[in-house]
Amino acid sequence: MSDIRFTDQHEWVRVDGDIATIGITDYAQEQLGDVVFVELPEVGKDIAAGDEAAVVESVKAASEVYSPVSGEVIDVNSDIEKTPAGVNEDAMGDGWFVKLRLTDPSELDKLMDETAYNEFVESLQ
Amino acid sequence: MSEAAVQTEILKTTPLHALHVELGAKMVPFAGYDMPVQYPDGVLSEHLHTRAAAGLFDVSHMGQAYLVGPDHASVCAAIEALVPGDILGLEPTAIRYTLLLNDKGGIRDDLMVTRTAKDGTLFLVVNAACKDADFAHIAGHLPKGIELHRLEDRALIALQGPKAAAVFARFAPGAAAQDFMTGLEMTVAGIPCLVSRSGYTGEDGYEISVPEAEAVALTKKLLAEPEVKPIGLGARDSLRLEAGLCLYGHDIDETTTPVEGALTWTISKRRREEGNFPGAKIILDQIASGVTRKRVGLLPEGKAPAREGTEITDASGRKIGVVTSGGYGPSVGGPIAMGYVETAHAKAGTGVELMVRGKGRPAKVVAMPFVEKRFHKPGK
Repeated sequence: MSDIRFTDQHEWVRVDGDIATIGITDYAQEQLGDVVFVELPEVGKDIAAGDEAAVVESVKAASEVYSPVSGEVIDVNSDIEKTPAGVNEDAMGDGWFVKLRLTDPSELDKLMDETAYNEFVESLQ
Repeated sequence: MSEAAVQTEILKTTPLHALHVELGAKMVPFAGYDMPVQYPDGVLSEHLHTRAAAGLFDVSHMGQAYLVGPDHASVCAAIEALVPGDILGLEPTAIRYTLLLNDKGGIRDDLMVTRTAKDGTLFLVVNAACKDADFAHIAGHLPKGIELHRLEDRALIALQGPKAAAVFARFAPGAAAQDFMTGLEMTVAGIPCLVSRSGYTGEDGYEISVPEAEAVALTKKLLAEPEVKPIGLGARDSLRLEAGLCLYGHDIDETTTPVEGALTWTISKRRREEGNFPGAKIILDQIASGVTRKRVGLLPEGKAPAREGTEITDASGRKIGVVTSGGYGPSVGGPIAMGYVETAHAKAGTGVELMVRGKGRPAKVVAMPFVEKRFHKPGK
């Protein structure tokens, strides 16, 4: 059973047990344009909510991806390091960035659910 | 994700503005204008399309003017007092890239000067962000009898890429045989234009000064050709960076001289001997004795782009310079940059480090351009 939550900075976090998978939303990849570089953290690193979890660069600019939750990095998506365009192709799925082992599941309560995020994106357009 | 600040200033528009919006462009503020940064295809695809076929760019925000005097010698004397390039020696219709200098030898702007077919008339094209200051500066330094006429009623569109000549010949048969770096008055699809065979991409192509009332019609005709796609400022920037060309305000500015900026080649032998351009004493001294820093190309060894402002260090971590333009080169297939380094580190092949997000990342000083230039050569 998984649950997906969103930040107002256009990151998503999908939770399965105590494992959180983090990526950027489809809206975010569209705003960025063609992703040409992704930098991911080391496995084993502790990341606090709001810290930089990854860096994603388009032809135009670099952007930080902030972690919506706190935890230890247990896996990174090396496929998107090799093929950054994967972020554009499937931002919400195969284009994920990192997996964390959650240290404080209550942080999820501060994030938007899918309905709230979709409304938020609509308000931006 | 981090986001850019919201812009609220009142922006000017070019004659092609409505067409950009209709084509689905993402519009951004640039030099006081609301300009297309990309179209739905995106920067990467637009860049590669320009290198493979032909791209059409709206550069109407740039400043165009005629400098008019009684004859070539007198109008050249007026402009040569402000720039170090050899304008007097231009053949009729020839174009020269040159620099407006301040009294310290710093670069106020870079510009294109064409000796038009009409004796005593030069055609100037300057950067959008500098145009008001440039034209006020030029007008304020003209002797009696020489006048500057700004062309506010002309758009400027660029058609660039290996297919540009074949496409353009369908509308202006005379343009196919036109030499690179020349500007000719000609009729394009029935519209009187001033056509320069020049550009800012490293590719063959044209820059077309067209009456603003006809600009949309001409642009639509060119875009209707199968080889042509509209290209935004995003790809314009990555194309010019791959070509090793300077972006004013970033790679050169009032604090950099032509010698530091690796633009000494723009100062001819005669101009050096005469030494009568602004900042000549400083610049000639730098040519003779050397400079402490130089603009160079930088090729990161890894995949991380190094953006403008990135610190450059030597192997020991000591700061030796700064990146002034950097990003991803779509045709190179990896990161590229240019910047200033201490002269001791400016030789091609020198290893340096680029401090990206607190980590030193190895890079090499390289000769530019990053891609082979494919300009039109006579007889080809």
